[in-house]
Amino acid sequence: MFSPILALHIPDGFLSVPVSLIGWALTIGIIFLALRQTRDQLGERQIPLMGVLAAFIFAAQMINFPVAGGTSGHLLGGVLASILLGPWAAVLVMTSVVAVQALLFQDGGLLVLGFNIFNMGILNAFIGYAVYSAAQRVLGSSRISLIVGAAVGAWLGVQLAALATALQLAISGTSPLNIALPAMVGVHALIGVGEALITVGALLFIRQTRPDLLGEPARSATRGTALVAAGLVIALAVTLISPLADPNPDGLERVAEDQGFIETAQSAPYEILPDYTVPFISDQALTTIAAGVIGVLIVAGISFAVARVNRRASEST
Amino acid sequence: MGFAFQERYQAGDSPLHLLDARVKVVATLLLILGIVLTPQFAWPAYPLIWALLAGLSIIGGIGIGRLARTATLALPFTLAAITLLFTTPGSPLVQVLGLTITDAGLGRFLAIVLKSWLAVQAALLLAMTTHFTDLLWALNSLRLPATLIAIISFMYRYLFTLREETERLLRARASRMAASPTGRAGGSLAWRARVAGGMVGNLFLRSYERSERVYAAMLARGYKGQLRTLNAPPLSRRAVLLGAVPVAILLLIELVALIWWR
Repeated sequence: MFSPILALHIPDGFLSVPVSLIGWALTIGIIFLALRQTRDQLGERQIPLMGVLAAFIFAAQMINFPVAGGTSGHLLGGVLASILLGPWAAVLVMTSVVAVQALLFQDGGLLVLGFNIFNMGILNAFIGYAVYSAAQRVLGSSRISLIVGAAVGAWLGVQLAALATALQLAISGTSPLNIALPAMVGVHALIGVGEALITVGALLFIRQTRPDLLGEPARSATRGTALVAAGLVIALAVTLISPLADPNPDGLERVAEDQGFIETAQSAPYEILPDYTVPFISDQALTTIAAGVIGVLIVAGISFAVARVNRRASEST
Repeated sequence: MGFAFQERYQAGDSPLHLLDARVKVVATLLLILGIVLTPQFAWPAYPLIWALLAGLSIIGGIGIGRLARTATLALPFTLAAITLLFTTPGSPLVQVLGLTITDAGLGRFLAIVLKSWLAVQAALLLAMTTHFTDLLWALNSLRLPATLIAIISFMYRYLFTLREETERLLRARASRMAASPTGRAGGSLAWRARVAGGMVGNLFLRSYERSERVYAAMLARGYKGQLRTLNAPPLSRRAVLLGAVPVAILLLIELVALIWWR
C-alpha cells in the first residue's frame, strides 16, 4: 500500500545532490538554533524529555482510524509536538523521529535526510505552531480557539510539507511541478484532514486531563518563532515564484525551439501532454532558487541577531 | 500490526560486523553519494554497483536475495517519478491509455528507480551489520551535536517500551468495539477520529509522566545534564583501508562510466 507517511519520506536518488546539500544546510542551521533554545529553556531536563517524547511521536504514528474505502488516517505529529512543546523543542523531537526512521528502518534516504527533516519536522512544526498561536491570540484561549487553531494548523502543516516535497522533486528534475504539485497537495489535502482530526482529538483529551500542560508556553519558548515561521513562508514563496518570474527570454526561447523540434520529430497525431516539459528546470533556475533561499536565511539570521541584541539592551536598562 | 517496526540488525561476527562503525558510516554515505551521482544513462554501471553491494552482503552474511528484497521498500515512492515516462522529450516507444512513453523518459525513470534501490541497499547494509548504539556512538565521535545524539539514544531506549504501550491501547480499542462482519467501521468519522485522538493524548500523558520519572531517577543517580561516554578508541589504519576498498571500487566504476558510458 502507498502509505501516506511514506509519501513524504523521500528516498535517496529522488533529489539531486545540490538540492540535498541545500536541505542539509538549512536543517543543520535550524537544529543548532533549536538545541540552544531548548537548552536555555529546559536545562538538564532537555535530554530525557525530548528523547521520551520523540519515542512518543514514533509510537503515536501507529495509532490509526478507518476513514473510508480501506484507507486509514494517522498522524505525522509535527504540529501536535509543536503545540504541546513549542516549536523549537518540536524541531528536536521530529529531527530524532525522522533520523531514526531513516537510520533504523530505511524509511527515507540518508543523503536527502536534510530535506526530510526540514519538510516534516521544521516547516510542519513552525507553520502549525504559528497558526495555533495566532488563533489563541485572536480568539483567546478557549475550547473553540484550540479546535480551530490546531485543526487549521495541522492541516496547513501537512499541506506545506507536501508542497515543499513537490517543489524539491521538481527542482531535482524528478517530477514536473505542474503534475507533482497538484498530485502531492491534492492527496495531502485529505491526509491533512486525518492529521487535523487526530491532533484536535489528542489536544482535547489533554485539555481535559492535564490542562496545565496546555498553558501559555513560556515566553522564552516562543521567542523568534514568528520570525522563523515568516522566514520559512517567504523562502517558500520566493522559491515558488522566482523561477517563474525569471524574465530571461533565452531559456524560454530555447525550450520553445525544443518543443517545435520535438513536435516535428515525433509527428504524433495527438499528444496529451505537449507542454508538460518544465521550462525552468535548469542550472540557472537552481541557482536563482538557492540564492533566494540563502538570501532569506541571511536576512532572517540578521534580524534574529538584531532582535536578540535589542532585547539584551532593553533588559539591561 | 503490519507495521515496519522490526530492527534490521542481524547479530553476527562477519568482517563487516567487526569493522569500526565510524568507517562504516562514512563509507556508506560515500557509496550513496556515488550511486546518486552515477551518470544517468551509464547502464553498465548499475549491475556493477549492484555486484559490489551483493559482494558486501555476502561478506556480511546477509545474503544477496534478502538484501535486494528488503531494499524494495522504497519502491512505492517511484510513483512520484512516474510522470517522467510521459513528459520527457524523446522518441515515442509505446502508447499507454493515450499517453506516449518516450525512450528518454523510460531511461530517466529507470535510472531514478535503480539509483534509489541501490542506495537503499547500501543503507541497509549499514543497518543490518551495525547495532544502533554503535551507530550512534559513531555519529557522536564524527562530531554530530552530542545533545542531539543523546536525545536519539534516549528515544531508542524507550521506542520499544512505548510501542508496547501503543499496542496495548490498540488492543483495548479492538476489544471494546465488536467489529462487524462486513468490516464496516462504526460511528461517525469525527467520533472515530476523536477516539484515536484520545489514544494519542493518553499516550502523550503516559510518555510525559514517564519522562518525569526517568529524569527524577537520573537526578538521584547524579545526572548533571550531560551523558558521559567513553572516549573513542583511535581509528585503526586497517579499518580505514578496509572501508576504503568498496569506495575505491565504486569510484572506479563511476570513472569508467563518466569516460566511456555516458
